[in-house]
Amino acid sequence: MNKKPQLQDRFLTLLVYGSVISVSWVLFLVLFDICVTGGGSLNLEFLFSEPTSAGRTGGIAPILMSTLFILLITMMVSLPLGLGSAILLSEFSSEEKLFGRLVRRSLDVLAGVPSICFGLFGNAFFCKRLGLGFSILSGGLTLACMVLPILIRSTEEGFRSVPKEYRLSAAALGLSRISTLWHLLLPAAIPGFLVGFVLGVGRALAETAALIFTSGYVDRFPRSLMDSGRALSIHIYDLSMNISGGDENAYRSAFVLVVLLLVINFSASWVSERWLKRKIVLS
Amino acid sequence: MIEKDFNTQAFESRSQCCDPQTQIETRDLTLSYKGKPAFKNINLTINRGCITAVVGPSGCGKTSFLNCLNRLSDLMPHCEVSGEVLFDSKNIHEKKYDVGLLRRRVGMIFQKPNPFPLSIKKNLLFPLKEHGVRDPKEAEAIMEQVLMHVGLWNEVKDRLDAAALSLSGGQQQRLCIARALALKPEVLLMDEPCSALDPISGSKVEGLITQLQGAYTIVIVTHNLAQAKRIANFAALFWFQEEAGVLVEQGTALQIFDSSKNEITRAYIQGVRG
Ligand SMILES: Nc1ncnc2c1ncn2[C@@H]1O[C@H](COP(=O)(O)OP(=O)(O)OP(=O)(O)O)[C@@H](O)[C@H]1O
Ligand SMILES: [Mg+2]
Repeated sequence: MNKKPQLQDRFLTLLVYGSVISVSWVLFLVLFDICVTGGGSLNLEFLFSEPTSAGRTGGIAPILMSTLFILLITMMVSLPLGLGSAILLSEFSSEEKLFGRLVRRSLDVLAGVPSICFGLFGNAFFCKRLGLGFSILSGGLTLACMVLPILIRSTEEGFRSVPKEYRLSAAALGLSRISTLWHLLLPAAIPGFLVGFVLGVGRALAETAALIFTSGYVDRFPRSLMDSGRALSIHIYDLSMNISGGDENAYRSAFVLVVLLLVINFSASWVSERWLKRKIVLS
Repeated sequence: MIEKDFNTQAFESRSQCCDPQTQIETRDLTLSYKGKPAFKNINLTINRGCITAVVGPSGCGKTSFLNCLNRLSDLMPHCEVSGEVLFDSKNIHEKKYDVGLLRRRVGMIFQKPNPFPLSIKKNLLFPLKEHGVRDPKEAEAIMEQVLMHVGLWNEVKDRLDAAALSLSGGQQQRLCIARALALKPEVLLMDEPCSALDPISGSKVEGLITQLQGAYTIVIVTHNLAQAKRIANFAALFWFQEEAGVLVEQGTALQIFDSSKNEITRAYIQGVRG
């Protein structure tokens, strides 16, 4: 046997591993930094008390609350709309029709629009035009607009990845479109939906630019959805950029944000997996 | 709605098709994809309780033809059908014809076994429920009967909750046949039902099809002429003419396979044989 292919093989393996390590190393470093600096000094007190001295001391209770409310509104608006649009695009409009092409193209463009543009739009439309003012509601709605394109497209992909045979055999058995959709297509499309959800939540939780103009940065407890409220990522931004001596709490908040993201992702996949198990038996 | 008492007697009585009665008749049936005809002017008669084999070279529109008989052609993009398909003397391609009911009366078996990604049990119960069998006891009784009838009961009775996709290909195909039978159809359309199976599973399915003869009107597309000759009462040969499928000859299996006067038919049958 000749030796050359083996050497090439080794080299390629090294290259592949090398690139994986160099990428994950950065991620690991960031997480490590946040966990050690932020997680090390975290206590429950921090989660359940109000910020004092502009956030340098005290906790993040009201901020967590605002964040969760904003997220809740975002999801309540975007999940049903996203699912509905994805079903319309994948099941009721053909690949070539102008309508579908137009909608898909616009969504792809929207998905790439910088968040600051969504912020300005939200400010002009929700805050001013609809008179919602700087409020958690405006923020949530703006984020919903931002999250929708990704959510719709990945859910649509989920529906499209369901084999055509299921649709044909269901139709050949005289099953209605609705029950085919509900009992066969939807469970099979859930993974795509989940990807969209996770990406969407990630984007929403990480957002600062779109929220500064819409939900504002008041760090008191919100009394209603019409109140302004500060999101966690804005809090971190404010502490680390504008407030001297805020670094320690910025780190702690960042740690909370990361944990929050992980908890949401894991519980989403847990719920959907259980649901999937009940609805469908794969392989 | 499905009749309450699931009639097993029908399975046992097997007429020999000595007194053929027309059940389905196509009149000048033409189908085109994007304006290009896949087959043209097909006038075919299908008799009640008999097995009609449709044979012909690849791409001459046999699958497309079957799709017209249960209006699955409605689902194909850019597909246009003209002409008539008379099912018990009513044109099923009329707009107001009840497609859901049609597809319950005309079952279909595909070339590739395609059970739903559900449990074995749900594969049978789900369509039954959708067709109005609400009583679980009744549905399970039907399930047991059809599974027995396709010879699958003993193989799966202990694992009805297992995934249907965990069955072997042959078992999956028989499950699909059971799923179609559960709805009590009158007609079964089979598109090369054995060609994706190994010879042993294939012959099991073939045996099953012969058992169904008499109780059901069966239209079977197959490339296996020996099989067609073994099981069919009637046969039809599709062929190309100007890049579109046409019906060259139809008649009893004996006429087509053994004593055809038609040049093309004889050439095709000998060609495949020799
Ligand atoms: N969905 C479709 N869209 C466009 N053209 C199609 C479609 N399905 C089939 N055709 C074309 O129609 C013609 C007939 O196809 P069909 O599948 O009916 O042939 P067939 O006789 O079943 O062939 P085979 O024996 O290989 O299964 C072929 O030329 C095929 O390319
Ligand atoms: Mg075919």
